[in-house]
Amino acid sequence: MLSWIDAILQGVLLGGLYALFAAGLSLMFGIMRLVNLAHGDLIVFAAFIILVIADLLGANIFVATAVTLPIMFAVGFVLQRYLLNRTLGKDILPPLLVTFGISIVIQNGLLETFSADNQRLQAFGIETQSWSLGGGIAVGVMPTLTFASAVIAILALNWIMYRTELGRGFRATSDDPSTAQLMGIDNHKVFAAATGIAFVVITLSALYFGNRAQFDPTIGSFRLLYAFEAVIIGGLGSLWGTLAGGIILGVAQTIGAKINPEWQILAGHVVFLVVLVVRPRGLFPRAVD
Amino acid sequence: MALLETHDLVAFYGDFQALYGIDTYVDEGETVAIIGANGAGKSTFLHNITGLHAGAGEAVQFDGRPVGHLPAAEIVKLGIALVPEGRRLFPSLSVEENLLIGAYGQKKTGHWTLETIFELFPVLRQLRRSPATSLSGGQQQMVAFGRALISNPRLLLCDEVSLGLAPTVIKDIYEALPVIKESGASIMLVEQDVQRALGVADRVYCFMEGRVTLSGHPSEFDHATIRSAYFGT
Repeated sequence: MLSWIDAILQGVLLGGLYALFAAGLSLMFGIMRLVNLAHGDLIVFAAFIILVIADLLGANIFVATAVTLPIMFAVGFVLQRYLLNRTLGKDILPPLLVTFGISIVIQNGLLETFSADNQRLQAFGIETQSWSLGGGIAVGVMPTLTFASAVIAILALNWIMYRTELGRGFRATSDDPSTAQLMGIDNHKVFAAATGIAFVVITLSALYFGNRAQFDPTIGSFRLLYAFEAVIIGGLGSLWGTLAGGIILGVAQTIGAKINPEWQILAGHVVFLVVLVVRPRGLFPRAVD
Repeated sequence: MALLETHDLVAFYGDFQALYGIDTYVDEGETVAIIGANGAGKSTFLHNITGLHAGAGEAVQFDGRPVGHLPAAEIVKLGIALVPEGRRLFPSLSVEENLLIGAYGQKKTGHWTLETIFELFPVLRQLRRSPATSLSGGQQQMVAFGRALISNPRLLLCDEVSLGLAPTVIKDIYEALPVIKESGASIMLVEQDVQRALGVADRVYCFMEGRVTLSGHPSEFDHATIRSAYFGT
């Protein structure tokens, strides 16, 4: 019995990582209807930036991440302002093609620069530490930090969306871009800010992803799949839904692994497919769409 | 000098010409009505002023400077606000958020605030937390007016504000116009409801097929003149 509780607990914590993967994707889709196929590669890209900055400054990965956050915000802002905005329109194909292209460029750029070697963001031994909860159940410090960061990130994103003028601008532009312009909202700037914020979340997920396991320049596409599944399980455009989606995916994987270690990945995909069949719009779809 | 002036304004949709040299002006404090049948070019004309239809260039002047080349988001900051046809409220936003977004990114203050808008349309005060699109048509129109007013515009453009509303509701909406005028805003009213428009306007322009067919003070014209300018018969 306890071992099942343990599996669920570890799954919930793993879900925090998937929710972080997915939150940036969910944000960009929710505001701009932009499906970012380079999302996974951008997480890997951010992980490499953290690695380089930690190296340059001789700092630990948390300090390096703090330095990387504003850099990635700027990268996202500029990328949206000068490239992705040009792809948005009635046709949904251009953003898909362009972000797919960005994905290839990032993968090959990273391969050229850093080679195909495995990397890892080392955090002075924290990754092996854990807290014992009694009864043989323990939670790792890093997974707990990951989950806490995911909840804080979702809280912060919701605060921006529902409590600030910028958030009102996000929602209004998402509802009706041409009327939003009549309100004095410059769509292009609002979208650039949205992508900048999404890139901040990407950087956060890069920290925990790069610390949890080894990564190399080509691993991003696999992460993209989990992010998509979490977003779709939770319901498009809902940030709390995305957190729920991440947790469901994480729990499904750890329970699958508990039954049979070969079933870990499969169980996640099966739950995703079941949700798609039963609730095609996800568990918590946005009311207005 | 007129507050808003259009001179030889032309507009195209691809090969189709929608406006053929429109000359109009609105003075400070004036209420000007633009009447005309469907397809006369009234909405295109408004879209050119608000910047939604780009490329008017020098043909549109506001407060003595050309604004036709500016994007919509800049024009509202200069002091031109639109109550759009069909209201176009934001469904994801509450009533209060819909009102607030009218002043997005603007620091300037004036007569119109949430408080004065709730005084003008008291029913909105109780509904402030409701989703905007859960309101009745007339209440939604009030939100659309409030959303335009909160930017404290010098010129308020109203596009078919009576369309699809019950006569008693239209009366309520029209009763707000004198209050708005008193606050110092000039008003340009685009209407298919000719009687209603002529009742409140200082001057009127009639559009037909992209041209101005009549302009002047409402009392100058009898029914036959207006009918012939409106329908071309």
